Amino acid sequence: MKHILSALVLNKPGVLAHVAGMFAARAFNIDSLAVGPTDDPSLSRMTIVVVGDDRVVEQVRKQLAKIISVVKVQDFVGQDTVSRDLMLISIACPPEKRPEMLALIEMFNAKTVDIGPKFVMVEVAGPESKIEAFIEACRPYGIKSLVRTGTVAMARQSHGKIEE
Amino acid sequence: MAISSLPQEAPAQPPTPLLKPGREVIVDILIEQGVDTIFGYTGAAVMPIFDAIYRRIFPHTGTVPNIGPACPNCSSQCRNYGNCAANGIDKETRCLTPLFVENDMSKNGNDAGTVYKPGSQVIVDMLLEQKVETIFGYLGGVVLPLFDKLYDAPIRFIIPRHEQGGCHMADAYARATGKPGVVIATSGPGATNLVTGLATAMMDSVPLVALTGQVRTDLIGNDAFQEADTTGITRPITKHNVIVKNPNDLAQTIREAFHIATTGRPGPVLIDIPVDMQLAQCPIPPKKDIELPGYKLRPQGHSRQISMAAQAINAAQKPVFYVGGGVIISGAAETLRATAQKANVPVTTTLMGMGTYDQSRAESLDMLGMHGAAYANFAVQHADLLVSIGARFEDRVTGNLKTFAPNAKIVHIDLDPASISKNVHVDIPVVGDARQVLEAMMPELEHKPRTEWFEQIAAWKAKHPFRYDKKKDVIKPQYVIEELYRQTQGDAIICTGVGQHQMWTAQFYKFKRPRQFITSGGLGTMGFGLPSCIGAKIAHPDKLVIDIDGDSSFNMTLTELSTAVMYKLPIKVVLINNGYMGMVRQWQELFYGRRYSQSSLVNPDFANLARAFGCAGLTVDKKTQVPDAIKQMLAEEKPCVVDFHVDREENVWPMVPAGKSLHEMNGLDIFEMA
Ligand SMILES: Cc1ncc(C[n+]2csc(CCOP(=O)(O)OP(=O)(O)O)c2C)c(N)n1
Ligand SMILES: [Mg+2]
Repeated sequence: MKHILSALVLNKPGVLAHVAGMFAARAFNIDSLAVGPTDDPSLSRMTIVVVGDDRVVEQVRKQLAKIISVVKVQDFVGQDTVSRDLMLISIACPPEKRPEMLALIEMFNAKTVDIGPKFVMVEVAGPESKIEAFIEACRPYGIKSLVRTGTVAMARQSHGKIEE
Repeated sequence: MAISSLPQEAPAQPPTPLLKPGREVIVDILIEQGVDTIFGYTGAAVMPIFDAIYRRIFPHTGTVPNIGPACPNCSSQCRNYGNCAANGIDKETRCLTPLFVENDMSKNGNDAGTVYKPGSQVIVDMLLEQKVETIFGYLGGVVLPLFDKLYDAPIRFIIPRHEQGGCHMADAYARATGKPGVVIATSGPGATNLVTGLATAMMDSVPLVALTGQVRTDLIGNDAFQEADTTGITRPITKHNVIVKNPNDLAQTIREAFHIATTGRPGPVLIDIPVDMQLAQCPIPPKKDIELPGYKLRPQGHSRQISMAAQAINAAQKPVFYVGGGVIISGAAETLRATAQKANVPVTTTLMGMGTYDQSRAESLDMLGMHGAAYANFAVQHADLLVSIGARFEDRVTGNLKTFAPNAKIVHIDLDPASISKNVHVDIPVVGDARQVLEAMMPELEHKPRTEWFEQIAAWKAKHPFRYDKKKDVIKPQYVIEELYRQTQGDAIICTGVGQHQMWTAQFYKFKRPRQFITSGGLGTMGFGLPSCIGAKIAHPDKLVIDIDGDSSFNMTLTELSTAVMYKLPIKVVLINNGYMGMVRQWQELFYGRRYSQSSLVNPDFANLARAFGCAGLTVDKKTQVPDAIKQMLAEEKPCVVDFHVDREENVWPMVPAGKSLHEMNGLDIFEMA
């Protein structure tokens, strides 16, 4: 099962190495890892996606929390969360395919960020499933290259859903 | 050893890839790569490879190349070590250029009330603030400023012969006293030599502060002379490590290091200090409480969990306390005794937990596990409640996890939440310090007679004690240890190497107090015995401190004998010399068809060697000489090595083969025979 762990860590050199090293040393597999600063300059946020049974993920959580420079770890499992990936994807797109491609981009609520005679570069943000679906939809055209950020997530405070 | 070429099998182009055991593939590829000589040392995790090699070797004595460090550019006088050419300094001036430029911090932002001193002095001040009395360490280029300040400091300094030895000494000093050990090493090879010592301390949760020198901050990353990524190398084997790159951080980093090393589940903390930080003016901020937002301690234990555990104990018919080193660390031995006696529960300990419970008591089940007491293992397998206190269900203790304590509900008391439910499913977890939790639990415990359970245990104890053949006319290793136990009245501090002798020590020396048995449990570090014996003796100059060592283990660090001589430490080394890496040989006998691949060494004449070091040395090869030899050793004022030539192929029994259940012990029938 997929778990999203959110770790607040000290914004100090060596912290990422501590975290990454722990994952390697304990043979935990991670799906993705996203790191960025927070509103507090002394802290960073790491969002880690781990696949494993509950025991393994519980160990991951505890081992993370044990690292001195990790301040707090949350497992979002069972919680109502908003999770997003960001992707930049460059797709082969000769002029005659453009209208079709632009319709696809619109359908996915994605954004064209660069365009040339033979390709189009698109920015897509959204839940992982949407990103995956967009990749599949693009495959027939030919994907030239693709980068993804890894998931970032946050627990919902309200109960109603504004958008999914 | 050398490998001959492969036996000539005509390769008949198999249609599918040839499947072979991994060990054979490894050797095939080595040969394919033209390897004809391998330098190596065996151990449990590489025994299959050694077995594969065994099939293809010719006996061969390889010569070890003698490589020493040297400045690649100019004379050994060069104060720029190897960096002179890189820095574009010509040969004439290079020896005259000052190596370091003092960084005068006092000019910028000097807060009123904050004292500024050179970093090297700040380090010494911080060590004194932490009440450090003894340091173990070795000199080198980038720690010279620090050593210069230590020259005048009221701190005892012990120089080992190798940084690994120094690290083990500091480790044993900590194990023997409960105070943090301090070790210093230079950059590069000095730091890498600490690796085994740090890993040893990490696995056994020993509070240690390691200070390493590092090349100047502006050279870091340039492959400077004696540069190594020390924090990178030691990250997984320290509780925490940091490199100081800002003079403002130095003092507080050292305070935090001591705090982290000694609190919670203790462990080694390494601070890497570039030489320019030692020379820079660094502030010493006033001492205040340490605030580490990511480091929280939860020593009390949850009262509901504690009550649940107490009720489970009260309800149990066949409970067992399974106790580890955590009880020693938390200073809970006395509380444990009171708890076990109040609740009327038998106690078994891990190797690390030995000394927590007086082994002369009837309810002591002694050590459990792979080479533990049969009665301890039976008790665990029959228990309806297992209360683990400061132990971590390691594989050498549990045997096959699926069948471990099959009928027992499990209570796990541990300060480290990550230890709980790591290996086994725990029914009642209690996160907290052993002493605080037991103290809180005590009022809720009831005394239950459990007559049947104690009768059953007494019967197991009577039927399967630790035994050996006392009739044979050879020196049995167990006899030496038993006799030592008798003559020292079970009062000595005992250190060991790793192997059979370590297990026999655990079986035949009965410990009565915490911090009396100093051994590398988690990492199983051969060579730990002698340096740890020196460290413990320095901590307790008035106590009898003895290293019970194996011949191969002793060979790894025996150079530290000269440390013992230099500091006039009357330590004793009882060498259980079977001429084998006995533990490995035992596995090869039992599981590799007696093929003793690379498991014996040609030993020196240890007694003569000891004398050459300035120690006393004795050789004992007759059973009847054993008592006198021990007597003589105990009376000796110099450091003393007694080389006991013991039965070469004696095995440690009982034994739970790796992967088997705890009750599936081999060697019980051998016991009855004897
Ligand atoms: C540094 C290190 N290398 C290898 C091993 C694997 N190993 C475990 S016990 C042992 C043999 C120990 O021989 P000795 O010190 O003579 O003790 P004995 O078993 O004969 O009593 C070996 C090689 C180890 N534990 N530590
Ligand atoms: Mg031996």
